Amino acid sequence: MGELIFFDPLFRVPFFNGLILAVVLSLMGAYLRLRDEWLAAFALAHVAAAGGVLSLPLGLPVVVTASMAAGLVALLLNLLPRANNNHYAWTILLGWSAALIFAANTHQGSVVAESLLRGQLYFSHIGHLWAAGALLALLLVSLPWLSKRLMVGRFFPDFFSANRLPAWRHRLLFGVLVVFAAVLGTVAMGAVPAFAMFFVPAWVAFALCRGWKKALMVTVALGVVAYLAGFILAMQFDQPFGAALVVVLAALAPLRLLARFGRI
Amino acid sequence: MVAGYSGPVVGPVSFSVRAGEVLGLGGANGAGKSTLLKALTGTARVHSGRILRDPAVRLAHHRQRPERPPELPLLGRELLALLDAEGEPPALIRPLMDRPIAEMSGGQYQFLQAWACLNSPVDVVLLDEPTNNLDGEAIEALGAMLGSLSRERAVILVSHEQAFLNEHCHRRHDIEPWVS
Repeated sequence: MGELIFFDPLFRVPFFNGLILAVVLSLMGAYLRLRDEWLAAFALAHVAAAGGVLSLPLGLPVVVTASMAAGLVALLLNLLPRANNNHYAWTILLGWSAALIFAANTHQGSVVAESLLRGQLYFSHIGHLWAAGALLALLLVSLPWLSKRLMVGRFFPDFFSANRLPAWRHRLLFGVLVVFAAVLGTVAMGAVPAFAMFFVPAWVAFALCRGWKKALMVTVALGVVAYLAGFILAMQFDQPFGAALVVVLAALAPLRLLARFGRI
Repeated sequence: MVAGYSGPVVGPVSFSVRAGEVLGLGGANGAGKSTLLKALTGTARVHSGRILRDPAVRLAHHRQRPERPPELPLLGRELLALLDAEGEPPALIRPLMDRPIAEMSGGQYQFLQAWACLNSPVDVVLLDEPTNNLDGEAIEALGAMLGSLSRERAVILVSHEQAFLNEHCHRRHDIEPWVS
């Protein structure tokens, strides 16, 4: 039965939407960990959920209102001299409470809020798939340019100001990528599962690998394997996808212990 | 100039540096030596006076406490590539090329960062307390690197170690803290 559902054409769009997002989110998670900003993904996911709840009263698509809210908050965080985990923690608290208060006070808000907090992968349509594909394409095209700048900025923080080079371009691009990854991830997988995809694969891969490129490849591989396993488990045992994904990602954690025998 | 952050920390001070020269900046702890370097990189504020600099000049800044994110799988050679560091690495650097930075000692990482800055294609290298955490062999190697500096490159070296400044700098300038 589960196998039949898995190959059902109805599930092809959701499946490939989630697969693309697994690549995007895990890869972005590696750069968020590099910048020590991984908690920002959780914060933006909650803000995206809060913004998404406003989609019905505003008469706009969920992705649009979620992007507007997450983009605005990301802009405000970027205006701080150096945003840190304290700021992200406050953003999580306020985003979560805003999502629930909006849900309680808008028509059918509670339905939208629950779908955003739990994820609605199976309701992905072709527009979501195109958006995820466009995000992946933008990420892969920009990464050769973006990656070195992000790393130089992390290890030599005043390199750009010292050489009077504009840092705003790569910071803006990275911010845009994170916002849209958080929004599309939240809409498809739910706030917590999307954060788990940002957080866990890079956390495991960084402990296991020698070398940045290898760590990126292992990060994405873990993200994709976890997604496939989560999708099949959810289908096979009729479980909520987001929860199944988090369980599978949590099951990857012990892999970090392999680092005791040497990095790969 | 007088430099600092929300308020002045160091100065007034005036100095110049030319290609091929190692200029030492000495002074007591808290005199504002690191703040002076940060003013040159644009991360500290110039309260009065100005910095005259050829717009084409490129800088590399070795911080007193180099950034090292925990558990990052970056290899030594990947760190050097970030600054396009060139040249044959010395014996102390070679074993670090394929080692993750997370597995390096504080001194090894400090030396790797200093070598990256000194061998990057820049005109002026700012070294802030580069001998911190280094053992005798590494300090000697750092001195040799300064001694073989290209004639096209200048170094501004901040150190509290008087002997190191005296031995490896062409000139030295002692910094005084700002007094209101």
